Amino acid sequence: MATIEKDSVSGQNTTGHEWDGIKELNTPLPKWWVYVFWASVIWAIGYWVLYPSWPTQNGYLKGTLGYSSRGELANDLELQKKGRSAWLSKIEASDTAAIEKDKDLLRYAMAGGKIAFNENCAPCHGSGGVGVVGAYPTLADDEWLWGGALADIEQTIQYGVRSAHKDTRASEMPKFGADGLLKNEQIAAVADYVVTLASKAPAKGSAGETVYAENCAVCHAEDGAGQAALGAPALNNQIWLFKGGKDSVKDLVVAQVTKPKHGAMPAWVDRLDPSTIKMLAVYVHNLGGGK
Amino acid sequence: MASPKIDPTLKNAAPGASDGGSLYAETVMIHPRTVKGTFRTWKWAAMALLLAVYHLGPFLRWDRGPGAPNQAILADMTGRRGYFFFLEIWPQEVYYITGLLFIAAIALFFMSSLAGRVWCGFFCFQTVYTDLFMLVERLVVGDRSKRMALDRAPWSAAKFGKKAVINLVWLAISASCGIGFTLFFGNAPSMLVDILTGNEDVGVYSAIAVVGGCCFLLAGYAREQVCLYMCPYSRFQSAMFDEHSLIVGYEEWRGEPRKPARKGEGFENRGHCIDCKMCVTACPTGIDIRDGIQMGCIGCALCIDACNSMMDRYKLPRGLITWDSIANQAARAEGRQGKLRLVRSRTIIYAVIMSLVGGLIVFSLASRKTTELNVIHERSPLYVQMSDGAIRNGYVLKVLNMVREDRTFILEVGGIDGARVSVVGGESNVAAATLKVSPDAIGAYNVFVNAPLASLQGKRTPLVFTLRETSEGGITRVESLFAAPDK
Repeated sequence: MATIEKDSVSGQNTTGHEWDGIKELNTPLPKWWVYVFWASVIWAIGYWVLYPSWPTQNGYLKGTLGYSSRGELANDLELQKKGRSAWLSKIEASDTAAIEKDKDLLRYAMAGGKIAFNENCAPCHGSGGVGVVGAYPTLADDEWLWGGALADIEQTIQYGVRSAHKDTRASEMPKFGADGLLKNEQIAAVADYVVTLASKAPAKGSAGETVYAENCAVCHAEDGAGQAALGAPALNNQIWLFKGGKDSVKDLVVAQVTKPKHGAMPAWVDRLDPSTIKMLAVYVHNLGGGK
Repeated sequence: MASPKIDPTLKNAAPGASDGGSLYAETVMIHPRTVKGTFRTWKWAAMALLLAVYHLGPFLRWDRGPGAPNQAILADMTGRRGYFFFLEIWPQEVYYITGLLFIAAIALFFMSSLAGRVWCGFFCFQTVYTDLFMLVERLVVGDRSKRMALDRAPWSAAKFGKKAVINLVWLAISASCGIGFTLFFGNAPSMLVDILTGNEDVGVYSAIAVVGGCCFLLAGYAREQVCLYMCPYSRFQSAMFDEHSLIVGYEEWRGEPRKPARKGEGFENRGHCIDCKMCVTACPTGIDIRDGIQMGCIGCALCIDACNSMMDRYKLPRGLITWDSIANQAARAEGRQGKLRLVRSRTIIYAVIMSLVGGLIVFSLASRKTTELNVIHERSPLYVQMSDGAIRNGYVLKVLNMVREDRTFILEVGGIDGARVSVVGGESNVAAATLKVSPDAIGAYNVFVNAPLASLQGKRTPLVFTLRETSEGGITRVESLFAAPDK
């Protein structure tokens, strides 16, 4: 059937194939190309034998080299760990203040602290310590419930706040309203006073001032500066942990005095190693608000 | 352009040789005849020049001061720098390389539209190394007929010996090709010693093996198959040519009808082509140029040298095969004198594009700064309200010091009244902060800017970072934004 003829235009032979009068020119494939093709096929078979390849009923062919990308990753991590050990041992040997003074250690701790922060702290405090309005404190501002010095931050991370750890930081504000310690008018008056305190123009001689001095000043201080040792927040500024976006400061204070909300944070000392906690403390201290 | 048309009667007919109905083409080793002439001389010169540049290039020195590599041409992959004499390219300036590659591509088109495939015929590494490998064969075995005879001969100790010598020399050339390539990536003199004494990294040897192995296979065995089947350029060359491009061509009007020359017979009433097939046997890709312009022709012009030598012998005018434009050939066929037209819209456009891009590169190199400042605004938190009511934004500043000495910069912010700067691990709450950057390095700084709420314009206030170099006073400005709660 196949009649091979010479095409008059190109001078090439046809393959002898013809469809509706259209004839196919034969442009022969070079033989070496075919050999390369078969060599690739053989290469592929070798590959199947040496490397993980076909799926089986319950797994896959593992290959005689025992390679797996997971194993490669594990190796890489091991190498990575070895590379880090020099730095980590330095961090282990220094306290947080010394880490902050050493330029290279600081850079290392900032990088390591950032990773640890994103893994462990960011779920509540947000990436970069942005915090959550009305729930979790911002770590990037300069107000600290339990102190913003390096040692304070490190201690807070280690033992947490109102956590299950025996060394936890803890304090409790009395339920002035719910337990009937203050009457509603007194609460309203003290809230009015705190609003003036926050705008740095305390209403001297008001009824609220008296209530404040008798009940609040012992922890939150006369001028409303707060007391880090007790976790008593400063009241003389515009930063309110439990204030939602639309609440007024007065409503917030009334609610808090009536039946206080308390934040809590787990202790990390049993979950993270000391070096990580140091790096975290340095990182948080340098988020912007460290004292 | 049609596939190369091959005279099947010739031994070295290669691609698409019509052997009946087979769909696979046997590869026939081409053994071109050695010719002498103008173009052959040019080819030797080009080969010598290119190999010299390639192999001596990495050994050129260029003093850049202490602590800096003194190799004139160096691609420092681990240090992430490219060096070319007085230039030092940082990774983010890779667009210079893009520009060069672009110019190279346009230059290829430009060359082709002017003078055909000069790149292929004279400068391509495939051509240069194939030519060199053929020279080795000629020196060991002899010219075309001897080489073909050796290929046909049954295996013997002598044949094996000759083939072994050829392959060993090829291997040596390939190894030097591979080594030469790697020397551009390290300090050539010490690296060469390390390579030869077996002290180099396994990666270097792999690179040598890959480059050298390709050299050996492609120049030793694949040869014209690379041009015919692998290289994309031969496939689109026809789009670069027009009737005024200088190409290697056979003057059919003068040559035909071809006929072998006989003693005593003149050249009246016949063509000047004596069908000696010198042009075919001299061709490194095994084509017959008398079939007209074709994909297989790499424009090496060796057939011109071959034909001219025959024309001289028969006292016929030279140039039966010429390097001339199709238009000029047609003009001569009609008895007119052709005219060389180098300036055409095609060549003008290519030249304009090349000079534009080239000018752009030169301009940007000349006006290149030695300091660069990148400002990245921290997005989490976008802003922070401080207890005194001020707003603070965080930024990451990357100061690129492209000079090989320690430099100190003064950072100031402008655009917001009362804005203060704090640097993590440095000064805090100052109007102007000092940043130190090591030589030839990037200094990364976490910077906080505090601004009183009163001087902010709401959600976004423009903020300008100004970096002043302390010794020479160069100033770099970058505009950024200061985020704040809506008023």
